[in-house]
Amino acid sequence: MKTISRIYTALIFIFLFAPIVILLVFSFNEAKSLSVFSGFSLKWYRELFRDEATLSSVKNTLLLATSAMVISTVIGTAASVGIQRLRSKFYRSVMNTVTDIPMTNPDIITGISLMLMFVFVGRLFGAGTSLNFWTMLIAHVTFCLPYIILQVLPKLQQMDPALPEAAMDLGCTPLRAFFKATLPEIMPGVITGAIMAFTLSLDDFVISYFTSGNGFQTLPIRIYNMTKKTVTPKMYALSTIIFFVILALLLLTNLTNNDDARRMKEARRNQNQTKT
Amino acid sequence: MKKIIELKNISKSFDGELVLDHIDLNIYDNEFLTLLGPSGCGKTTTLRIIGGFEQPDGGDVVFMGERINDVPPHKRNVNTVFQKYALFPHLNVFENVAFPLRERKVPKAEIEEKVNEMLALVKLSQLAKRRVTELSGGQQQRVAIARALIGHPKVLLLDEPLGALDLKLRKDMQQELKKIQKATGITFIFVTHDQEEALTMSDTVVVMSEGRIQQIGTPIDVYNEPKNAFVADFIGESNILDGIFIEDKKVRFSGHTFTCVDTGFKPREAVDVVVRPEDVDIVPEDKGMLRGVVTSVTFMGVHYEVIVDIGGFKWMIQTTDFVDVDEHIGLYIEPDAIHIMEKSEYSGLYGDYSSFSNELDELDAPVDAETESEE
Amino acid sequence: MKQSVQFRKGRGHHLLLAPYSVWSALFIVVPLVFIAYYAFTDNNFAFTTENITRFFTTKSNVTAADGSVSEVRTYLLIFMRSLKLSVISTALCLLLGYPTAYIMARSSDRAQKIMLTLIMIPMWMNFLIRTYAWMTILQDTGILNGLLSSLHLPNIHIIGTESAVVIGMVYDYFPYMVLPIYSIMAKMDVRLLEAARDLGCNGVSVLRRVIFPLSLPGVLSGITMVLIPSISTFYISQKLGSGKFFLIGDAIEGQYIANNLHFAAAMAFILMLILLVCMYLMKYFTNRHLYGGGEA
Repeated sequence: MKTISRIYTALIFIFLFAPIVILLVFSFNEAKSLSVFSGFSLKWYRELFRDEATLSSVKNTLLLATSAMVISTVIGTAASVGIQRLRSKFYRSVMNTVTDIPMTNPDIITGISLMLMFVFVGRLFGAGTSLNFWTMLIAHVTFCLPYIILQVLPKLQQMDPALPEAAMDLGCTPLRAFFKATLPEIMPGVITGAIMAFTLSLDDFVISYFTSGNGFQTLPIRIYNMTKKTVTPKMYALSTIIFFVILALLLLTNLTNNDDARRMKEARRNQNQTKT
Repeated sequence: MKKIIELKNISKSFDGELVLDHIDLNIYDNEFLTLLGPSGCGKTTTLRIIGGFEQPDGGDVVFMGERINDVPPHKRNVNTVFQKYALFPHLNVFENVAFPLRERKVPKAEIEEKVNEMLALVKLSQLAKRRVTELSGGQQQRVAIARALIGHPKVLLLDEPLGALDLKLRKDMQQELKKIQKATGITFIFVTHDQEEALTMSDTVVVMSEGRIQQIGTPIDVYNEPKNAFVADFIGESNILDGIFIEDKKVRFSGHTFTCVDTGFKPREAVDVVVRPEDVDIVPEDKGMLRGVVTSVTFMGVHYEVIVDIGGFKWMIQTTDFVDVDEHIGLYIEPDAIHIMEKSEYSGLYGDYSSFSNELDELDAPVDAETESEE
Repeated sequence: MKQSVQFRKGRGHHLLLAPYSVWSALFIVVPLVFIAYYAFTDNNFAFTTENITRFFTTKSNVTAADGSVSEVRTYLLIFMRSLKLSVISTALCLLLGYPTAYIMARSSDRAQKIMLTLIMIPMWMNFLIRTYAWMTILQDTGILNGLLSSLHLPNIHIIGTESAVVIGMVYDYFPYMVLPIYSIMAKMDVRLLEAARDLGCNGVSVLRRVIFPLSLPGVLSGITMVLIPSISTFYISQKLGSGKFFLIGDAIEGQYIANNLHFAAAMAFILMLILLVCMYLMKYFTNRHLYGGGEA
């Protein structure tokens, strides 16, 4: 049984990583061929760094993702506190349903619906092209918000409601009580939410595709345009760089989370002991 | 009486920490046996080894004459009532109880009949179709018992089953469990850290500490004749004093030589002496065997708890007579109120009430109750 | 203390909720209304049901492999094809993903953490890149055929077939199936499994009678998370299907590019409705299965 599951897991991971490994290897290929490796070369990397359009799309993507993350984290965290305090069951379920929509709707529908509205409103004001950086930002904040709420709300529900009350009892204003008592408690949720928002925004293609104008190109859209024509291994070089950046980020978060992990392990050990 | 389970020289370690230190224990048919001890004493591990959820590192588990070390849980004729019940949340009350029967492919009509019978026994007939997540703690408890009993196991293991219930419900369930045990004739092995629970329910109490069995006996035996300072302290309140055995029926402690009923120790042997607080009489100072000053008096409802300083050692005395703080009083102790124990590793650790305070005790209690369930 | 009372009873939370309420009304709810509005209007924004009927009635001729020509309803065919491919992909994801999640959940803490990271790494790669990588693997002159040639095996033609699209979908969405199932299994109370063994279950029946029913919510959310993006995808089919056959996502994108916004909206509207009904039915049946009185 043990060997069967080992072999099975190995096969699954080969399936998952085969395309990535191939990307990595062929980004160093000297020739343009995508199936025959003819020699090691950094030529595609050099070409990539000469490609102004791609470089500026990287910059755009980072700008967009950072803005979307900041805005959605602030609005989403405030909203979570508000939802948590809502007394009315009706409003609560309305809020939950609305929050669910962007997560359950296919991206293509979210994209189309926003695009239709932007185009319509743009036409009202007589603008020629209504899609630009700002429409993309709105779209990205919109699909990021539910993920922030999804991360923060449970943390608020786990928190002892007496904490902010104690702070206020001890003389804090409600606002200070939020920053001194509530926020530190829910910080892990806020950070996870912010990271999720950032990565979702970085990675999004479909919604960006429908809400972007001609002037503002993000990396996924750039990739889309590149893969429309025949592709040079330049794209592979780009993917390789992305892969290693992600890997580095993952390792980094793993390192910084070590403290968290240790705490979790301790909790788990206690639990284990309960069982013994 | 027929031996049903024998534990022979059982050892078990977790992460290099010895949890069970060469345990020997015989469990007899039809018996209500309680494993009693503080958290970390190894009682739950012992239970889990009998249930088959842990493998002992050394020693044998024998079930009705057969070694069952390697028999998996589902093939053992032993069932468990788990600590937090472990009811299947995706099944209703009826289906939880029917679970083992369906596994054995019992015909439907028979399942219906048996489950209804069992639900009637635990007084849950009305709730058969209810989801288990909608039940109260006491009701969940009954489902867990019904589910464990329906397969007619030879032995039922109960792992702190009453721990999550409030006091009143706990008392009721204690009576009910005892009744069920009598009615079914199944051997119950019950794990608890609550000494009162152990004394009221059991035929046999096994007191454990630090992975070792300290004493096995009837509730009356372990209360009246504790083997060492640990048992004396863990079960009930006790004043434990350093003493010298003078000769048969003579022992000296607190600067006075007392007449007692114990024999069989060596002359001049250092011993531990136990005097239960309710066995001490308060008399006028000049008539007392021992003299001291009252340092605190707490009203407990039926009696007063009086702390008396006698030559620097604080005694606890339970009495219905009122005395005042700072009053000088004498103590009188009957020979049969004195119990003598051999010195052990626990000597000197327990039995002095100098740091005693009711308030602190209460503060400790809830924390205790939480950590207790863990070993 | 006074402040505290004031705060709890006051309108503080409405203020906090206000930006999100306005935002979600404007950018979540109103745009959906716009889909319906565009779907039921023509280019001059006059009411019409033509866009909807067009979806159901447009016909075209298809040439089969044997050369015979038959008439089909274009968009219904496209939709059924999307449905078929996405259901197959979802089923494959479940088939492959459930054992993966099960193996992960039963591994040591350390192994769990490593496997979790490994499962997530491909997710972090842009899905366009992942899909494109498969294209280069599956091409007639690609790595797979190169490998087959070097083993002196006959080459296979897979790019541009439905199988290639299914491979792409399974690959792209596999983690979305594994993660929810894994997270439920990892949290599962070990005592429930012990209780089942205690009550007479062997390994297989513990899986069948306890683990599987308890993991159903994870399975359900896995199915949702794979089915929805795969039914509406519009890139995978273009690349791995070599643009030879359209899926509903491609149809919508095509109309968008052609600036036929009203018809694009109509298709999006229909797709949304169908998915809503599917989700509702799925939830309904799982709830019934989960709590409807068990196996009696």
